[in-house]
Order: sequence, then C-alpha cells, then structure tokens
Amino acid sequence: MAMDPECPECAAAVPLSPETLVGEIVTCPDCGMELEVTQVNPAVLQAAPEEEEDWGE
Amino acid sequence: MMSEFRIGMLHSRIRVEEKLLVEAFEKRGVALDLIDDREIVFDLHQPQWKQYHVILERCINHSRALYALRILNDWGIPTVNSYGVAMICGNKLETSSALVRDGVASPRVLVAFTPESALQAIESLGYPVVLKPAVGSWGRLLAKVNDREAAEALLEHKETLGSYHHSIFYIQEFIDKEGGRDIRSFVVGDETIGAIYRRSSHWITNTARGGEATGCPVTPEIDRLSLAAAKSVGGGVVAIDLLETRDGRLLVNEVNYTMEFRNSIQTTGVDIPGKVADYVLQVARQSGGHAAGGPQ
Repeated sequence: MAMDPECPECAAAVPLSPETLVGEIVTCPDCGMELEVTQVNPAVLQAAPEEEEDWGE
Repeated sequence: MMSEFRIGMLHSRIRVEEKLLVEAFEKRGVALDLIDDREIVFDLHQPQWKQYHVILERCINHSRALYALRILNDWGIPTVNSYGVAMICGNKLETSSALVRDGVASPRVLVAFTPESALQAIESLGYPVVLKPAVGSWGRLLAKVNDREAAEALLEHKETLGSYHHSIFYIQEFIDKEGGRDIRSFVVGDETIGAIYRRSSHWITNTARGGEATGCPVTPEIDRLSLAAAKSVGGGVVAIDLLETRDGRLLVNEVNYTMEFRNSIQTTGVDIPGKVADYVLQVARQSGGHAAGGPQ
C-alpha cells in the first residue's frame, strides 16, 4: 500500500496491509474511530456507518 | 486452475468473515465478484446478474438481504441462503412458529398485539420473562422483565417509541441457562460442522456483547436438534443458538442466516469458511452447471 491514509477524525496515519479490500473496516490506532476503506491505491478512509436497527446475523 | 463457476458475494462492509470467504474461494479457484449492497439498483423488469451460478449473501442489514434475495430468487438466481430462509430466520416470531410447527424443542413463546394483552400474556407466563423485538440481532433491545411495574413501563415505551414492529409483542419464557452459557452450533447443508459454548456473566451471551467462546463437542443431541432446526427454517448455511435448561433439556432459541464465525474457527478447529465455500460450490453445480441466464 502506498502512503498510509489519514484518519478523517484525528489525522493520524492509519497503516493498512496490502491485502486490504474496499469496504473493509479498520480502527484508527490513535483515536479508536471505526473507519471504512472506501478506496485503495491510494487508500481513502471514511467514518464507518453506525449500527442500524436491523443489523446482525 | 480457475473454476468454471461465476459466484457473487453480496455484502455491506467487508468484515473478517467476508475476507476469509474471499480467501476460501480463491483456494478453490473462484474469484468472487464482490457486490456492495449500497451500490445496487434493481430494475425488476430487467433481470440482471444472470451470469452468476449462485450468489452468497453476506449483508449486514437484514432488510437489504431479505429483499435482494427475494428479487434474485424470483429472477431464478440461486442464492445462499434463500429468501425463504432469510424471511424465517430474520424474524424471531417466524422462526419460533416454524420450530413449533415442526416439533423442534424451543422455549415457550406468547405473542400479543396490544400492551394490555401483552401484559396479560406476561402475567400468565410469570416473571422473569423475556421481551424481544421480532427483528433484531446481536442481543439488541432484549429485555428481561422481572416484575409487573417493569412490564407496564416497557410495553408502553415499546408502543409509543418504536415503529409498528415494536407493537408485535414477542414474549418468551426466561430460561435460566445452565452455567450462564448457551451453545451456538453451525450447520452447513446437512452437517453440523461444529459448536461453541458462549459464556457470559450477563444473561445475554452473544459474543457481539462480550460473551466468551469456547469449544463444545457436537453431541448426538446437539447434532439432531441443530439439523432439525436447520431443516425447519429451510436449510442452507445457518447458526443455531441452543439453550441448556437446568433440568437437562436442549432448546432452540433462534437461527441465524448470515452467521458470524471469526471467533469460532479456532475454538471448533473447523475450517468454517472452507465448508461454506464447498457448500456454495455444490449449489452452483446443482444449478445445472450453467448460470441462471442459461448456457452461454
């Protein structure tokens, strides 16, 4: 993965593995925010959607 | 060697489970097409995705999974799981009704439609009793009701605050679980592939709520009850939640149709994503080996 993307919440660098997929959820190592990978190469992060009433198994 | 099958995976976000499934299919020579449910537009009169032999559903939203499966199945595209399974498993009332219909042991459930009749039902069952939304997962919005005052307040809140779903009162017998644990078993096709205990000091044992998973042997009784429950809801790839009563009975609490298994691979020692991939490929073969759109 080229440069580590920035956390949209606290601007910390968020390291991603080369196998990261679009749609994957990662956690910011600094502020703990749940983030979703919306693009790879270059990687872009966005706050992950909040849990909704019908989420589950 | 690349497989001749085209398989899609319908998803919302990519969780650990989805990544493990992508890898499992790659090992079997199948490059899954990842279909994000947030980008879909279905034109009911213009069937799409006919190039797929089967589509594996892994949505995180029950409602999206349900309607996507309905449309795909009506277009003649096989899915794992089917719309019928999602419809029953996604709604606890539907599940309980199917289990009772088929004589599969499960906790007593009373259903009522007004706070007054619900209170009557609760009082007849006796306290404590459990109230659950018919649609919900991960232990969300479950209530253990210990007395009448709590029941009256909860029923009023449910009627006032919630959408109409919350005025379908699903009232379940409280099961004082043996050792503060329940059992989750995994059924793929016609095989109970493994099971775990989920232990918690809280009465809700979901691992999503901090319940701790440990290995559980698949006893003949767990196997028999799990397969019966899976059959009752329509089969496929499902996870069964079982309760052990103090007097040694096993009861099916609920059935999950988009099972999470990240904490269960090591504890069961079973390659769960591999088993799921094999089953999905079996469904692809059974679809006559040609995509839903017919031989290309």
